[in-house]
Amino acid sequence: MRAAPNPAGRMALNAAAYAVTVFLLLPTLIIIPMSFGPERFLQFPPNGFSMRWYLEYFRDEEWLRATFFSLEAGLISAVGATLVGTLLALALVRGRLPGRGLIELLVVGPVIVPHVALAVAMFLVFEQLRLTGTLLGFAMAHTVLALPFVVFTVLAALYRFDAELERAALSCGAGPVRGFFHVTLPLIAPGVVSAALFAFVISFDEAVVSFFISGLDRKTLPRKMFEDIDYNISPTLAAVATMLTLLTIGALLLGYALKRAMERRAAAAAGEGGDHG
Amino acid sequence: MAEAARHQGGILLEGLVKRFGPVAAIDGVSLAVQPGEFLALLGPSGSGKTSILMTIAGFEFPDAGRVVIGGEEVTWTPPNRRNLGMVFQRYTLFPHMTVLENIAFPLKMRGVARAAREEQARAALRTVRLESYGDRRPAQLSGGQQQRVAIARAIVYRPRVLLMDEPLSALDKNLREEMQIEIKQLQREIGITVVFVTHDQTEALTMADRVAVLDHGRLQQLGAPRALYEAPETPFVARFIGETNFFQGRAGGAASDGALFPVQLDNGAQIHALAVGAIAAGARLTLALRPERLRLAPAGAPGLAAEVREAIYVGNATTLLLRGADGATLRARIPAGAGFSEPAPGEHVTLQWEAGDARAFAAAA
Repeated sequence: MRAAPNPAGRMALNAAAYAVTVFLLLPTLIIIPMSFGPERFLQFPPNGFSMRWYLEYFRDEEWLRATFFSLEAGLISAVGATLVGTLLALALVRGRLPGRGLIELLVVGPVIVPHVALAVAMFLVFEQLRLTGTLLGFAMAHTVLALPFVVFTVLAALYRFDAELERAALSCGAGPVRGFFHVTLPLIAPGVVSAALFAFVISFDEAVVSFFISGLDRKTLPRKMFEDIDYNISPTLAAVATMLTLLTIGALLLGYALKRAMERRAAAAAGEGGDHG
Repeated sequence: MAEAARHQGGILLEGLVKRFGPVAAIDGVSLAVQPGEFLALLGPSGSGKTSILMTIAGFEFPDAGRVVIGGEEVTWTPPNRRNLGMVFQRYTLFPHMTVLENIAFPLKMRGVARAAREEQARAALRTVRLESYGDRRPAQLSGGQQQRVAIARAIVYRPRVLLMDEPLSALDKNLREEMQIEIKQLQREIGITVVFVTHDQTEALTMADRVAVLDHGRLQQLGAPRALYEAPETPFVARFIGETNFFQGRAGGAASDGALFPVQLDNGAQIHALAVGAIAAGARLTLALRPERLRLAPAGAPGLAAEVREAIYVGNATTLLLRGADGATLRARIPAGAGFSEPAPGEHVTLQWEAGDARAFAAAA
């Protein structure tokens, strides 16, 4: 690496980086004070402090229903995408698949295809199958959307994993399935856990597909927010957005912390030992 | 170990062929390993030694041929059902388990109860002299200790055969030599059959009862270390094991295997040599002669005239680099302390040897 040529240039670079960061974060940050405003309309800067809109949210059955629906869809698609995605990643790395290229293309698909196009396609198919406005429909749609991220995260973990350990497990008498659960899974667990959290966040955040496949009373939180902004721009929206942002950041931080903790544990040295099982 | 159990450890390879695309990694190898024997598979990289080991282990399946272990055909049996012990080149200990958990793992997979497997794992750990390290993680051990744990894990369930894939190549020289002796002693102690892959001829000669020398997927020679060194059957074996001087020549008459016959060397000398295999009159020959079998006589004596270029003192001997009359470089070795005169560089000498020490191979066409 080269040393920084001159301090002025370096300061300019830092300033530019901070400016971009602030520009990107500002809209998200502005929503936070707005959610504490006492007025009936969204306003910045707020001319007082009030928890009113947070209370409003917890009193409003429709907001709560949308929230629980989002949580359900998020949990189911996180579990689904993690299961399918982990198996898929394993098959791509270890298997001798004939249609490997095609499968990889299909996995990347949801990232490349515009969300709106995907949403329209899902809407048309789900409508035929009567899956619109159902939990199953959301779980399936969000599983598909989260799948590429799970596959990539688990693939990265598998590439870091020493495949020779699986041979060692086989030579110890563990069949492929037991070898996976005793050796491979514990060692790629940080990757799998962060993939699951990622999948949850993707589902919980997802707005475009939800916009198309929501039903009248079965809708996710982002879809409910869209409706709210159309009809009654109340500061409850800002309160919800604030909570959503904090939840997402919390989930990602948790994933990161888990990953770091497990990597540190796996990497070396915690040798207290004791329980042999 | 009971006599009946010992009997189980024989390995038979019959007509093994393994191709990777157009390349035959194993090209028709047949050999038998006796129960309780220590066999080394020795060859340069690409010789097929590792492919043979992986085929015995069940990680590779042959395109042709059979693998029989303890009288039972296992050619297509998956590796986890072969009941073999395996030690890998890199130690491949499970990093998320303690040393003791690593060693107990094969027992756990075999459904041994917790108390019994802890006891057996501790016994195996004692066998490799690491009894106080059971609660550590693999990453807290040195390379040599990790490889000893890997050996303990491979023998803890008393398998009939122990396979070792260059297990010492990651260790430094001193530790490697120590481990060679240790593994050899362990093998004698528990009477297990060992198949050991190495590219290091000294390691193979030190440890093995018999050595299988491989080149380009073919078995060149299978024999005891002494036989390989003293009586190589191909020029490859003569070159790969120890040092050898090579001469080219032509047969002065036909000879059957093991017979002494006259040879006309390309450098003009007329000598006698020992035929390896039947040799036709007038055939092109490659002759191999070990440096320590050469004797030095004063210039003008009957034999091969040469000039000393360099004398290299290596402690237990002096290696002479000589130039023959035709310009070829030759090596001779004079053992230290036996009172032989050591000629100085520039001196002219005559090389002599017993006719039987020059081994003549019919050159490949």
